[in-house]
Amino acid sequence: MAAVQETVDHVKSLDVTEYKYGFVSNIESEKSPKGLSEETVRFISAKKNEPAWLTEWRLDAYRRWLTMPSPDWSRVNHPPIDYQDLYYYSAPKSTPGPKSIDDVDPELLRVYEKLGIPLREQELLAGVQTSKVAVDAVFDSVSVATTFKTELAKFGVIFCSFSEAVHNHPELVKKYLGSVVPVTDNYFATLNSAVFSDGSFVYIPPGVRCPMELSTYFRINEPNTGQFERTLIVADKGAYVSYLEGCTAPKRDENQLHAAVVELVALEDAEIKYSTVQNWYPGDADGKGGIYNFVTKRGDCREDNAKISWTQVETGSAITWKYPSCILRGDNSRGEFYSIAISNGKQQVDSGTKMVHLGKNTTSRIISKGIAAGRSDNTYRGLVSAHRKATNARNFTNCDSLLIGEHCGAHTVPYIEAKTATAVFEHEATTSKISEDQLFYCRQRGLSGEEATALIVNGFVRDVLQQLPMEFAVEAQKLIAISLEGSVG
Amino acid sequence: MLEVKNLHVEIDGKKILDGLNLTVRDGEVAAIMGPNGSGKSTLSYVIAGRSDYEVTEGEVLLDGENILEIEPEERAAKGIFLAFQYPVEIPGVATMTFLKASLNAQRKARGDADLSTPDFMRLVRAAAASLEVNPDMMKRPLNVGFSGGEKKRMEILQMALLEPRLGLLDETDSGLDIDALRIVANGVNALRAANRGFLVITHYQRLLDYIKPDVVHIMSKGRIIKTGTAELALELEKNGYRDYVADAA
Repeated sequence: MAAVQETVDHVKSLDVTEYKYGFVSNIESEKSPKGLSEETVRFISAKKNEPAWLTEWRLDAYRRWLTMPSPDWSRVNHPPIDYQDLYYYSAPKSTPGPKSIDDVDPELLRVYEKLGIPLREQELLAGVQTSKVAVDAVFDSVSVATTFKTELAKFGVIFCSFSEAVHNHPELVKKYLGSVVPVTDNYFATLNSAVFSDGSFVYIPPGVRCPMELSTYFRINEPNTGQFERTLIVADKGAYVSYLEGCTAPKRDENQLHAAVVELVALEDAEIKYSTVQNWYPGDADGKGGIYNFVTKRGDCREDNAKISWTQVETGSAITWKYPSCILRGDNSRGEFYSIAISNGKQQVDSGTKMVHLGKNTTSRIISKGIAAGRSDNTYRGLVSAHRKATNARNFTNCDSLLIGEHCGAHTVPYIEAKTATAVFEHEATTSKISEDQLFYCRQRGLSGEEATALIVNGFVRDVLQQLPMEFAVEAQKLIAISLEGSVG
Repeated sequence: MLEVKNLHVEIDGKKILDGLNLTVRDGEVAAIMGPNGSGKSTLSYVIAGRSDYEVTEGEVLLDGENILEIEPEERAAKGIFLAFQYPVEIPGVATMTFLKASLNAQRKARGDADLSTPDFMRLVRAAAASLEVNPDMMKRPLNVGFSGGEKKRMEILQMALLEPRLGLLDETDSGLDIDALRIVANGVNALRAANRGFLVITHYQRLLDYIKPDVVHIMSKGRIIKTGTAELALELEKNGYRDYVADAA
């Protein structure tokens, strides 16, 4: 504890003034020109003092992006995105945000209160524009990372921002960046490659079991700004890491674009467990506002006996377009995908996974629970494929959908491709509705309609919740209850 | 405690209850018997607050208050408990979790604090023991994969925990073998109290051998057509409903 306190005090003394300066004085100079051009890409790269190879890498992505069409195969609808109307580098608000907690929408505060986020953090989340709060925020986040660093350095674990990694560990970044999600992968990944601002970098050296859960908390704060973060996690031979990612965003009337890329690399005998609780602002009941969440997440079991496990709880975003996938390249490697996707109001979810079996005796498991309420649409889209050489590939898939009310939709779109006769792929799918009988039974015992729905839904998703680390499971349970509010009656 | 006055109920435009009058007094066990389709289950659902039924006329008073205007969960908190004929499965929700959520929801509605986990566990264990419910069952999802007898015992266990003012037993004897019937009946008898009433709906005299009613009502075509003592049930067992149904027609 003492050491932690020391670090905290140290960081406080160092960074508070520095950040205050950055926040107040550098506002104008940190703003990139609106819109997307080679100039924007160079601007971002220059701001981060990036080496020439990375600038070129970004420019290459940008030029390719210009030739790509926006994908239209998913079951989501939105007006065309005007990429020239966005800021691509974290720019401050042009209109004043709430000045104090009193100006913040009480509805939003109520939500955070329910989440158990302390008041000062609530101010932060609501985007209250006072330097003190902002400084505290930065202080808090830096201190956490720094505390981790001190502890983690003993084990040789690197956990830092992506920008830091570019400067301090260029050899690792150069070796692994884009090696799982190539620059040309897809429209949004290519866009991200051109303009990504920051993100997290993790490296676990050979044989090291990371002694604590690593966690990053993402927040989109500024209006009219796209968020493009980039996460790269490498587990070297025999290493293990569990990584948690949390996301929230303040309420804004306009849609905001979030196009992140996450790359995981697991070498021989390594294991990566990646958990997400995504609670981006979903828009209001009429579908106004909310985040467009177009994310590319992929893990590469690059060598034998590697294991990658994705667990996600998706409750937020106006549109979710996300397929955390595993490339099972090494023999005996294993991929897992556990997902809870909840949609309410007018949210649209098109999510699932890809399990690409390339190595021998590779196994994968997919458990997906989709819950649709309100007027939302919830699609599971998944690919399980076995290459010719992937002898004895095994997959088990279970996709369950739960409907709440009369106006929502659940869709399951599985693609199964086996090019070897030795593959065994199993697929189970069910669609059910919360029945009037169940609701009445619970209400007869004293539970309100909403309590009953939350209880039934929590039962429905239990298999997946059990995959989450404890703290996240509790948070996820609360989130489920909150995101289904107003779905009954 | 319970007064049903001139109750008229329809479902999808079809009349089910037709001016039903009924009283259950404190400490009383009232049995309702009647042929299929006479509206017995409808009566229990309407008292508990199921929304598919339309009450076109009449009142249901609990301790003098008309409960027809309030939500099912509010009625539950005021002490209405329905032991379902077909208990519903709640997949993935451990029985223990469900029981705790219900009990605390009712306590909250009445302005009481949540029960502590040790106190709750003590209550549940005692109730489970008296109903010969295997403690392992409490970890399983509610009613999922339970046998007919286990489901009915679980209903009575819930009633014991929730300590209602009025217990409605809707054909609790259906699907029970003789041993299970005895266990369930003993469970109900143990709950008989001066401040609690029971409305026991059944087709058969058999249950009433174990749960001795203070009063027996015969129901037909949505009304109570005869009220008597426990003797009435015995008579019915011998002669069937024919005489009464014919009278009512």
